Amino acid sequence: MKVPSASARASRSDELGLRRALSGWMLPLLVAAMALLAALSMAGWVGSTALSRQWHEGAGAALTVQVPRPMEPAVKPEGTRLAAAVALLSAARGVASVHVLTDAELAELLRPWLGDSAGQLALPMPAVVAVKLKGAAVDLGALGRTLEESAPGTMLEDHGVWMRRLSALAFGLQACAMLALVLVCGIAIAVISVATRAGLAARRDAIEIVHGLGATDGFIAGRFARRAMLLAASGGLVGGLAAIPMFVALAAFAAPFADNARPAMSVQDLLAALPLPLWGCIGALPAVAAAIGFATAQMTVRRWLRHLP
Amino acid sequence: MVRFESVGLRYGGNGGQHPSPEVLHDISFELPEGMFCWLRGASGAGKTSLLRLMYLAVLPTSGRLTLLGADIGRTPRASLPHLRRRIGVVFQDFRLLAHLTAFENVALPLRLAGGAEAQIRADVTELLRWVGLGRKLHVLPRALSGGEQQRVAIARAVIARPRLLLADEPTGNMDEEQAERLMVLLRELNRIGTTVVVASHNDALMNRHPAAALRLEDGRLVRGA
Ligand SMILES: Nc1ncnc2c1ncn2[C@@H]1O[C@H](COP(=O)(O)OP(=O)(O)O)[C@@H](O)[C@H]1O
Ligand SMILES: [Mg+2]
Repeated sequence: MKVPSASARASRSDELGLRRALSGWMLPLLVAAMALLAALSMAGWVGSTALSRQWHEGAGAALTVQVPRPMEPAVKPEGTRLAAAVALLSAARGVASVHVLTDAELAELLRPWLGDSAGQLALPMPAVVAVKLKGAAVDLGALGRTLEESAPGTMLEDHGVWMRRLSALAFGLQACAMLALVLVCGIAIAVISVATRAGLAARRDAIEIVHGLGATDGFIAGRFARRAMLLAASGGLVGGLAAIPMFVALAAFAAPFADNARPAMSVQDLLAALPLPLWGCIGALPAVAAAIGFATAQMTVRRWLRHLP
Repeated sequence: MVRFESVGLRYGGNGGQHPSPEVLHDISFELPEGMFCWLRGASGAGKTSLLRLMYLAVLPTSGRLTLLGADIGRTPRASLPHLRRRIGVVFQDFRLLAHLTAFENVALPLRLAGGAEAQIRADVTELLRWVGLGRKLHVLPRALSGGEQQRVAIARAVIARPRLLLADEPTGNMDEEQAERLMVLLRELNRIGTTVVVASHNDALMNRHPAAALRLEDGRLVRGA
């Protein structure tokens, strides 16, 4: 028996001629553009999340307390003002650790302003207490008042105001990224639905013939969905690959702000430094595009087929 | 096999403020299993519309239609494809899928019914050989002559051994000899148990092959055909 030619074999599962009706570069290209937008939104999301986490762990969770005239007696408990402040801070709720900076540490802090002679300076220096916080449930107002009562003049430097502003900014960025993602998905659904409808119109005769031969709605919708899925997935793949150089560029801009910043990072370093979620995003783009293509085509075709008996 | 009880048909359904006119009125008849029946009538009388009801391309807008034991008005839409697979149709304009080869066109009903690939290959090849297209299995319809395309269309209509075979003016584009050959094929299929309904206004052909007949005039069935 003669073996079917390659073209015959290829068309076997393309009863509706969709490889021509749903073809060309338009749909994959549009999906690729949207995938790229989605990737950039994700980068915005991941970036703002990372920055806000860094701020939380750094500035946000710390408190600096200056106790002037540390060795003079305190007002309320026995002992020096410094000892009283440390005792109060250690007992406060939400405080993780309390550390009184040593003279050497203070000198190190002041060196940029005072040079190497900072340690030998005979100025009346306040004691500086570095306080690490856990969680955000610290009542700084109340803490400041108790410190003032027992060691008047104690200054409590709250990094929280900046923290809250930066958090609000990060939240705004995340919300924008989320909105962009939702919009991109909506547009992708609209584009695939329009393309599917064009395919339905172009292949109306073939659909009616196959329907008349006893094809179920599921069969016909499945053929469209498979095709739309393939085109959308290829668009998602292209868009995801196109996003990698953009991610690298963004990583290069962001690198100086990172903890482990090094002066000149190679492309390999930058690629390796890309956050895992972004790689996940690139990997997920074709799958998500495929899922949107599949589901949209299924629903569009099934609704259209309701017109046939 | 086929029962019409006061069936009426309006294209576009009964709804809307300006329903389209009824093209079939109060059609009642019954075809027993295994029958060969002509469907006669002038052009525009409603032959195609009546056949379209019988192959479920349209549904009655009034009355009751029973096909292969199923009351169509009470049959859920999802069950109609299974009924359609047991009804073969030959169209005047063939309605082959232009991008599929003769083989793939004929294989389609079997594939839709979920047949095994090896069996499909054997059956389709045998049937296409039988209609004289053994050398053109993998040719696209546009490379076939009109007569060859029609034979592909007939093969597609009968490959799944339908219980009801409908043909809409199948000899319209044929010379007398081709028409005779087609008639031999249809009568042969009828002899082995297929119920056959052929719409035609070719009086000479119908006179050469006398059989029961339904006659339509202006969308009504007239007795004593
Ligand atoms: N799709 C359609 N929509 C509206 N009217 C139609 C349609 N098809 C046929 N008709 C009308 O139905 C009547 C019967 O047509 P048809 O069934 O094709 O008759 P025949 O096959 O006997 O020539 C005609 O008046 C025709 O105009
Ligand atoms: Mg007609």
